[in-house]
Amino acid sequence: MEIMEKDVAKTATKLKTQQILEGKVLSVKWEPNLKYAWDNGPALGRYLAELKNGRIIAKKCNKCHRIMIPPRMFCELCWRPTDEWVFVKDTGIVNTWVVSYVDWKAGRLDIKGGVRPITPAVIEIDGASKGMGILHLLDEVDPWKIYRGMRVKAVWKPAEERIGAITDIKYFKPIE
Amino acid sequence: MRRVAIVGAGLTKFYRNVQETPKELAYEAAKMALDSCEMKLSDIDCVVIGTAPDAFDGLHMKGEYLTDGSGGYRKPYMRHYVGGGTGVLSPIHGWFHVASGMFDTCLVVAEEKMSSAYPHPAGAFLTIFDHTTEQPLYPTLIWIFAIEMNRFMTTYGYRKEDIALVAVKNKKNAMDHPSAQLPGEITVEDVLNSEIMAWPVNRLDISPTSDGAAAIVLAAEHVARRVTEKPIWIDGVGWALDTAYWCTRDLYYPDYVEVAARMAYKMAGIKEPSKEIHIAEPYDPFTYKELHHIEGLLLCKRGESVQMLLDGVTQRTGNLPCCPSGGALGVGNPIAATGLMKIIEIFLQLREEAGKRQVPGKPTCGVAQAWGDLMQVGTVVVMRS
Ligand SMILES: [Zn+2]
Repeated sequence: MEIMEKDVAKTATKLKTQQILEGKVLSVKWEPNLKYAWDNGPALGRYLAELKNGRIIAKKCNKCHRIMIPPRMFCELCWRPTDEWVFVKDTGIVNTWVVSYVDWKAGRLDIKGGVRPITPAVIEIDGASKGMGILHLLDEVDPWKIYRGMRVKAVWKPAEERIGAITDIKYFKPIE
Repeated sequence: MRRVAIVGAGLTKFYRNVQETPKELAYEAAKMALDSCEMKLSDIDCVVIGTAPDAFDGLHMKGEYLTDGSGGYRKPYMRHYVGGGTGVLSPIHGWFHVASGMFDTCLVVAEEKMSSAYPHPAGAFLTIFDHTTEQPLYPTLIWIFAIEMNRFMTTYGYRKEDIALVAVKNKKNAMDHPSAQLPGEITVEDVLNSEIMAWPVNRLDISPTSDGAAAIVLAAEHVARRVTEKPIWIDGVGWALDTAYWCTRDLYYPDYVEVAARMAYKMAGIKEPSKEIHIAEPYDPFTYKELHHIEGLLLCKRGESVQMLLDGVTQRTGNLPCCPSGGALGVGNPIAATGLMKIIEIFLQLREEAGKRQVPGKPTCGVAQAWGDLMQVGTVVVMRS
């Protein structure tokens, strides 16, 4: 099998980002009005409502006995409806984590300029079944001193600022 | 079920910012695949296409858009998509069209053009996360892979400097691949000193943004024997998805890859994968992923993949060469096309047509694997000469 080497430079014009920004080439500018009103469903709806109250709620499956967070209306392992609501704690341990120098669109953070790296983590929540984690952020900790098993606690927004969202918890910080 | 063979293959060069349109890329690979086995589009009964998120191209219904470039005009045509696992689902999708007896031949095309998304295709991935519990935290794919890599490392005590050897090996292997985008001789220090993206992932731990296309021709046994003297048989296929509650799984081990591998091995009659499989192309979009997948593919015991790497077992001259092509890290990673590139590498190796990349010892059995979605899909194909 032979690979075709292509003479792209001879057949097409190479674009620079600057040319697009300066409007020197035809480009399609389109700001789509793609706004969504996502329904949360009963399980996440209650989860968010309790976050507004400053509490974390999970749901239990009486077949596999897992206490699941985020709560769900059906157990994906047993494929049956879940059972009781169970309040869990706002503390937990770091299951795994990252020291990120990039944002969500792979844009570089100004680390040299003093910006703190973002430190997302999977946090296993106390009171939920072993290994039940949620994605959240860590802060008030030296990014390079985070370790597996580190104990952490939620730092909540003040009650009047909470809206019923995962961001009602600002981040998790270490506790002793 | 009928036996199905790969009888032809085509692969474009992988680039960043290729100038061709996605259709043109698909056409190039598909035409090359047909030419390689002296077949015409009129000999093809059906066409399947693998291509990853529409958001890369800003083009909804990308499968439909790619129809004519892929040779799908007025033919039974179907698109499949399971994120990064797409490229190895492609031959599986083509396989059941032919194995079922419905069609005698199938043209399988995989195309990806990532560089159209400005400023970076990473931004297109925000919407794969749960909209209520995760998107508000603005996660990226790099975060979650770094999260998985760290869990893998802390579970076994693997060191970054050892894992970096995967990049060294694969980029070196890619120096012999004519399609390669990022071949080169680099050192472990180069990897460790490259820009931190999301620790423990540095820049050289990641495959590049790439554009490219790949294609293969599948044929039922009676056609395959007529078309070529060296058909390569698809003897086992497997695929599986794990739960999308990815924080609920222990990320140190890819169970879904094991489920897919066991399905493919059972079908191929493989009882001892590490002995019966001679070469492997595990998916390596990140350095640690090659090791993670070698473990999931049961090619070593859990926790032994780094030792295997250090012992040289996975080098091209080792007992179980892994990514002799140069992999996603070296050849490049145009998502769907990468998986099919891996299938093509096993095809060429088993035909002993891999040129300078040819592994010694006349391999007769190989496995290719890909992975993707929310770190939850495994796709596996076992091939024999
Ligand atoms: Zn259950």
